[in-house]
Amino acid sequence: MKTAEAPPPASAAAPPPPAPGGATGRRNLTPYWLLLPGILWLLVFFAAPMVYQASTSVQTGSLEEGFRVTWHFATYWDALTEYYPQFLRSVLYAGTATLLCLLVGYPLAYAIAFRAGRWRNLLLVLVIAPFFTSFLIRTLAWKTILADGGPVVEVLNALHVIDVTTWIGLTEGHRLLATPLAVICGLTYNFLPFMILPLYASLERIDPRLHEAAGDLYAKPFTTFRKVTFPLSMPGVVAGTLLAFIPASGDYINAELLGSTDQKMVGNVIQSQFLRVLDYPTAAALSFILMAAILAIVGVYIRKSGTEEIV
Amino acid sequence: MRWLRRNLVVIAGAATLAYLILPNVVVTVFSFNKPRGRFNYTWQEFSTDAWREPCGVADMCGSLALSLQIALWATLGATVLGTLIAFALARHRFRARSAVNTLIFLPMAMPEVVMGASLGTLFLNMRIEFGFWTILTAHIMFCLSFVVTAVKARVMSMDPRLEQAAQDLYASPLQTFLRVTLPIAAPGIAAGAMLSFALSFDDFIITNFNSGPASTTFPMFVWGSAQRGTPVQINVIGTAMFVIAVGVVLIGRLAGSRRKRS
Repeated sequence: MKTAEAPPPASAAAPPPPAPGGATGRRNLTPYWLLLPGILWLLVFFAAPMVYQASTSVQTGSLEEGFRVTWHFATYWDALTEYYPQFLRSVLYAGTATLLCLLVGYPLAYAIAFRAGRWRNLLLVLVIAPFFTSFLIRTLAWKTILADGGPVVEVLNALHVIDVTTWIGLTEGHRLLATPLAVICGLTYNFLPFMILPLYASLERIDPRLHEAAGDLYAKPFTTFRKVTFPLSMPGVVAGTLLAFIPASGDYINAELLGSTDQKMVGNVIQSQFLRVLDYPTAAALSFILMAAILAIVGVYIRKSGTEEIV
Repeated sequence: MRWLRRNLVVIAGAATLAYLILPNVVVTVFSFNKPRGRFNYTWQEFSTDAWREPCGVADMCGSLALSLQIALWATLGATVLGTLIAFALARHRFRARSAVNTLIFLPMAMPEVVMGASLGTLFLNMRIEFGFWTILTAHIMFCLSFVVTAVKARVMSMDPRLEQAAQDLYASPLQTFLRVTLPIAAPGIAAGAMLSFALSFDDFIITNFNSGPASTTFPMFVWGSAQRGTPVQINVIGTAMFVIAVGVVLIGRLAGSRRKRS
């Protein structure tokens, strides 16, 4: 890195920009050597499998005879007509869970950012702490919490809350386990920290004096929130919804452990096609459709905010 | 009433925190349970049996050792490769920059089933034997992007004048890197490494598609026991992990704030 000899005219101005400084050599190969091993790893084990999967999805054959590319696009049609309920469920459950994450997570992120004082760091540790216990073990714990005859079910039954959720179609037969509500509750729980952390990061950057200014201008607390705080926290909302929705839409653990066969999501289908039925083309087609759907959603978001900002 | 209104946010936040912590409390409490059947889902009676014999279940500690081993190697691999990329992105201008950014971003924006199933399909068709190496390869792949993100953020926020100053004081490029750049980037690298370790250690979905019959990681063991019967020892491990991790974080924070004060 030789910067002293020929500084580019732009950086000659008094305050050097914090943006990438350093090497300016015209044919500097250093960055390429730095990139090579990692990028190669991603190309071979991430990008290539994606392409390979696309080709698998149009193959036909069997495990004994081997699979061959026959451009059998009907696999997609068959997969969609057979498994569209699971697809819809994935979008519906993941969407609801993401919305719940936002509703439940926002107050906590807000409280940590503006009301926690010196407890701030401890509270942040508590938000991340559940990550340290294997999430399968924690999801199994929900089985205990929501168990039939357990305190949660008893209380909700006594308050007739379960009657309401049954009327909406979220529960069935005075129980919580093996219902859509249990799966959504599990998804919300599992991906809540992914929502809270970006929300907190964007809320924390807001200058509290803006709140005072809004108050001085006779804005009621809720108006301040609606006109000042919430718009300024939008980057966190965008990042948080993405970070919660993407893993939730592909998840199959909550549906498997907390749901019944009526709550299976697309991840469950991919998993069983791949590991039990050994129908690789169908598994590949399904996961290709899921990938395309996610990329479309992420693409719309990226247009709004730009890759570097989310990353 | 006014007090309630003013503190509504705090109350709602506390409720959310309770929702987040509740399963951990249940895991801890049930690590002292003595279940009657094969499943540890309902409370029977207090017992410390599981704590006295944490490895009393067949295969569990073996799977734990495998998980730790994979997590350590995956952390090492992802941290080295990711840090190199992060330096290239933060410090150099080069062509295909946005393509590299996209390639780094995509694994984080992809559901794990998709990554797991596609890599599994590739290994399957290449007739590569599933086991330790396939799991490790997959883990390095999905941890990489997180390391890049953590390290890049740190290096980008660093003042380039510090390095210039070192060079003005006749430090060689290597000395500048070792004495100035690396120490400043270290917290970012450490954050990326810790994240990798946690992600790798806890991964089930991708591992499930890329493991062989002889390579059962701890999350896979838990998954299997959810079908066969859940031993109390699972909760013991879960509780111990929680306590150790929170302890490490808190000690780290304490040490950090002490250093700042002095």
